[in-house]
Amino acid sequence: MTSSPPDPVFEQPWHAQLFALTVSLNEQGYFSWPEWAEKFGATLKIHGVARSLNGGEDYFLAWLDALEGFLSGRGLAQTDEMRVLKEAWTEAYLSTPHGSPVSID
Amino acid sequence: MPHDSLDHDHAHSVLPSDPALRVKALETLLVQKGLIDPKTLDAIIDTYENKIGPQNGARLVAKAWSDPDFMAKLMSDATATALELGFYGRQGEHLVAVQNTEAVHNLVVCTLCSCYPWPLLGIPPSWYKSDAYRSRAVREPRKVLAEFGVQLNEDKEVRVWDSTAEIRYLVIPQRPLGTEGWSEDALASIVSRDSMIGTALVEVPQ
Repeated sequence: MTSSPPDPVFEQPWHAQLFALTVSLNEQGYFSWPEWAEKFGATLKIHGVARSLNGGEDYFLAWLDALEGFLSGRGLAQTDEMRVLKEAWTEAYLSTPHGSPVSID
Repeated sequence: MPHDSLDHDHAHSVLPSDPALRVKALETLLVQKGLIDPKTLDAIIDTYENKIGPQNGARLVAKAWSDPDFMAKLMSDATATALELGFYGRQGEHLVAVQNTEAVHNLVVCTLCSCYPWPLLGIPPSWYKSDAYRSRAVREPRKVLAEFGVQLNEDKEVRVWDSTAEIRYLVIPQRPLGTEGWSEDALASIVSRDSMIGTALVEVPQ
């Protein structure tokens, strides 16, 4: 554990999107930050049981699990709705020629 | 599916990673439900990638070093005093400043997740979010500090502050000797992010 040169703010675009999604929902009042922090903290704890998290990709994977579960628990986004849209995006990437914009209907 | 890096003629678009697809699905769903606006997301990302960062906290520290009245206000009500410089909002609403002295060194951690004073320091670095730092900073702070290259005298007290979703701490590092008469800009330029978390000291560049 040493101090290193500045990290990029977000290592992956999806980390940034996930962060922004959560902040936006919070700011619109769908949940308070302490409520979110409690859920996220609990998920980090569960993810950290099997191995020590390094605070990078694994941190945002825990964040994603936490947010999906949190929104599903509050009826804001159901698991099956998320699954269907994920399949739609996957199909869109696999059927869109390389270089063309990917979108779903 | 094997991916031939020499093959530039992909038949289809490169499939994003599984979590990236899950985030896309979640975003699509929330947009469809009218819960979020993609433009808002872009603005939030732009803010944290380009506009907010440790330079904000460094300005606050430099002003406090230069102006004893400002330092006194900062120590008694950091939230209101940071607001004077225009630093407020997201995760900075309940800010507490803790000052390093000859007798005390302060170190900030979030044992729950990664609570952090965003308006002053931006997004926390990976190590701040790691299990190792989050657990060890409380258990063995001197050892952690030594690994960051911070060697403290035995008689110096180390205080560890556990940030929460309600309270965010900012360390006001000690002003180094040899900076007498420096402008606030010059002072701000030597205040690092880590020094405001407590994992570094501020030193005059050689």
